[in-house]
Amino acid sequence: MPTQEIEYKLQLEENAAGRLVPTVVNGRVQTPYLGVGQYKPAGRKAAPPIRTAADYPENGDKRVPDLETALRCCGLRDGMVISNHHHLRDGDSVALMALQAAARLGVKDLMWFPSASFPSQVGAIELMENGTIHHVEGSMNGPLGDYCTQGKMRGMGVLRSHGGRWQAVQDGEVHIDVAVIAAPTADAFGNADGSHGKSACGSLGFALADSIYADHVVVVTDNLVPFPCVPWQIQGNNVDYVVQVESIGDPAKIVSGTTQITRSPDRLLIAEYVAKFMRAAGIMREGFSFQAGSGGIALAFVDYLKRMMKEAGIKARFVRGGSTKYLVELLQEGLTDYILDGQTFDLDAVKSIASDAHHIATSPFTSYNYHGKGNFASMVDAVVLGATEVDVNFNGNVVTHSDGRLLHGIGGWQNCLAAGCTILAVPSFRDRIPVIVDQVTTLTGPGELIDVVVTERGIAINPRRQDLTDAVKGSGLPIRPIHDIKTEVERICGGKPARPKPGDRPVAIVKWVDGTVLDTIWKVSNSTLANPAL
Amino acid sequence: MMSTASIRPRLQPAEVGNWGPDTRSDLHVRIEPRERDGIEIALESRVEPYYGESILTEARQVLEQLHVQRAYVAIHDEGALPFAISARLEAAVKRAGLGSGYRVLPEKIVVPPASARDRMRRSRLYIPGNEPKYFINAGLRNPDGIILDLEDSVHPHEKDAARLLVRNALRAVDFGTCERMVRINQLPLGLADLEEIVPEFPDLVLLPKTERPEQVMQVADRIEQIKGRHGIDRSIWLMPILESALGIENAYAIATASPDIVAMTIGLEDYTADLGVVKTAKGDETLFARQRLVNAARAAGIQPIDSVYGDVADLEGLRQWGMNSRAMGFEGMGCIHPLQIAVIHEAFAPTATEIEKALKIVAAFDEAQQKSLSVVSLGSKMIDPPVVQRALKLVSRARAMGILQQSGMS
Repeated sequence: MPTQEIEYKLQLEENAAGRLVPTVVNGRVQTPYLGVGQYKPAGRKAAPPIRTAADYPENGDKRVPDLETALRCCGLRDGMVISNHHHLRDGDSVALMALQAAARLGVKDLMWFPSASFPSQVGAIELMENGTIHHVEGSMNGPLGDYCTQGKMRGMGVLRSHGGRWQAVQDGEVHIDVAVIAAPTADAFGNADGSHGKSACGSLGFALADSIYADHVVVVTDNLVPFPCVPWQIQGNNVDYVVQVESIGDPAKIVSGTTQITRSPDRLLIAEYVAKFMRAAGIMREGFSFQAGSGGIALAFVDYLKRMMKEAGIKARFVRGGSTKYLVELLQEGLTDYILDGQTFDLDAVKSIASDAHHIATSPFTSYNYHGKGNFASMVDAVVLGATEVDVNFNGNVVTHSDGRLLHGIGGWQNCLAAGCTILAVPSFRDRIPVIVDQVTTLTGPGELIDVVVTERGIAINPRRQDLTDAVKGSGLPIRPIHDIKTEVERICGGKPARPKPGDRPVAIVKWVDGTVLDTIWKVSNSTLANPAL
Repeated sequence: MMSTASIRPRLQPAEVGNWGPDTRSDLHVRIEPRERDGIEIALESRVEPYYGESILTEARQVLEQLHVQRAYVAIHDEGALPFAISARLEAAVKRAGLGSGYRVLPEKIVVPPASARDRMRRSRLYIPGNEPKYFINAGLRNPDGIILDLEDSVHPHEKDAARLLVRNALRAVDFGTCERMVRINQLPLGLADLEEIVPEFPDLVLLPKTERPEQVMQVADRIEQIKGRHGIDRSIWLMPILESALGIENAYAIATASPDIVAMTIGLEDYTADLGVVKTAKGDETLFARQRLVNAARAAGIQPIDSVYGDVADLEGLRQWGMNSRAMGFEGMGCIHPLQIAVIHEAFAPTATEIEKALKIVAAFDEAQQKSLSVVSLGSKMIDPPVVQRALKLVSRARAMGILQQSGMS
């Protein structure tokens, strides 16, 4: 479609990171990325419509028979925004239930606004094909990601961090018409909680913004308890309707069993280097804090750090996660005062958040929000993250394969870069594909916020962080210039990889935490699709 | 495999290597010789967008250097590195009865200087010779040695393929400061291994299931011949492995069979099988054999090295075993998992008390030297010369291990 191409080309602009980004996306004018902390919009925050308690049942019973009824009562119509959340992860049934109910009502052209999508929601493709969904603004991976990167979606994908989603809701960039919240436990008034019930998942933090700012809020539960549902993370006072269903999801996929630490000797070595780096740099000290994800390297890192903390008699004030058994053990063994939990991954963590007063559910508001009066992320001493690529200027890519296909959502990754020391723990190559590159395929995190790259072949410290370089001098750790590691890996891999030519049509954008456009994801043709497993 | 020039090999389709979703850093090659001229290559690769062209170019070069002119070649690549791609292609070509008498050698990296006869050999990491994914990061945890194994870890049908992989790895893989070792097969197969391996001069060759000194001599002679042919002027040390009752009985004769022997070790799995006893965690049943080996090695002036510890999950058991080994006189042991390396290095390190005592003795010795005294004494006690020798050795080892700074305690 040549006319469309010309239109897109006219609307591209280079942002402060030197990336070409569209200036209009899904009909909205965008601000290109201006630099870290540069964008400071004025005005007042968005707010839901004024409601009157007199319009709601005095006995507090907001139940309706089914989702279709709830959506009809919410006034769902063509072109609206409907939201869901990923606290049930790949076990979630509610999102598709809601979208299919909308389809049965004959509603078209919805914008689906999930906090993240999962492989089990591949059914969303069919709903895009039949016109129910117009486009998705949220993470897309696997088949849904391919659908987007092949340019089959009618609108453009918009990828936001967990904090960026809250920002977009608060500053009015995204107005949610109907939020449908899956609740492992709820009462008929709409109070809801995630730490109890057969589908218990831990924190419901991802749904909090939607419950406050959406025009209409529906709670869907498979464990209805008499009022009051205690504790409540979602306040019934924000909820319009409650729907009781047989099951909100597959418990086996909602929480994993105990996640095993990686057994790969190379990944264990990376984890060991990360822990030793934190000790050598003086980050591991009495009252410190850190955040680690739930990947194999991050879990192994926690295990090494724990041993070092014990040896040195050091205790953390708080740890953040992605909570798993390994963080819970820190809490139980008195090695941290608190877990500030953003997402609860395994059974041990769900049990802990339900029973231990020092294991606290947080939300992207407290942790990550750009429009908050500060947030927790910048108060964390060190964070350990993964990446698919990092370039010689320490810019990181976490959303696409090196061929430009969507791979991961941003999650809290961008928000975590605000930590005192941001460490990317990555293998130096995967399947012959070097991870350290000249320029990242998709810019997800600006290099000025990424301090250390730890690989099995050495540790590269961002030249901006001379303080860290000085701190680890004489530690015996393999500190190397990032170019040095890159050159070695390219020799091992038999030269630099070819760069697949990106398409010329934007199919999605990557937002920075402040809502500006950081980078563009381009259409990838079918023939260049490869399948490197990660 | 090298084939005798007089026999014209029969051409046949052949395949080699591995592929599938669980395979990493390897590839599968199928080759079909054809009547008509031309090479056709079909490539499927998980890194196709990045290295597809590079793989095809390499494949064409390898086939050309092997003088293959008529064939269909199907490659399933799982992210293999160039040294493995070329080894697999060469193995497939030779299995198909083509390319006889030619070698395709990958670009050579700068190989560290030859290893010293008496270098530290606390740990040696076994790497299965037909599993290229383990090669590339083998040196990351700094074992004293890397053993590229052609013997027990390689299926009998894959010996030819593993031999080429190991040969290429010796040229192309950077093992850092590790001593580059190869365990060849038992004779006579081991002699064929030497033809490919020796031109790439590993630092040391391990001889499995050695029972008689003649076997060592045969290997040493063959190595000398090949070195001569290739103009190699660099030591290739030998380490016989005793794995039978007969081997243990002949320990001293084996240890002295060649001046190139620098160490001797024992394989306890095979040894206990030969005795008809069960191998236990404590190891009482092998006490004699291990003591015999230590004694024979010391008598021959070479390093006695212990077997491997089989339970990878039990690092504490490994530590105990290692400390006991050191107490018995061994200088190191084998590793079958990278996580065992650090534990073994700790177990074979002298203790702080030992170092402290040795330093005092060395200081007394230095003082005596300065004063030209013939007797070394510490306080009221006279120190015998062997005690001084042992202390000097312990201090120099502690320095080599990095436990002790160049002067004084760290």
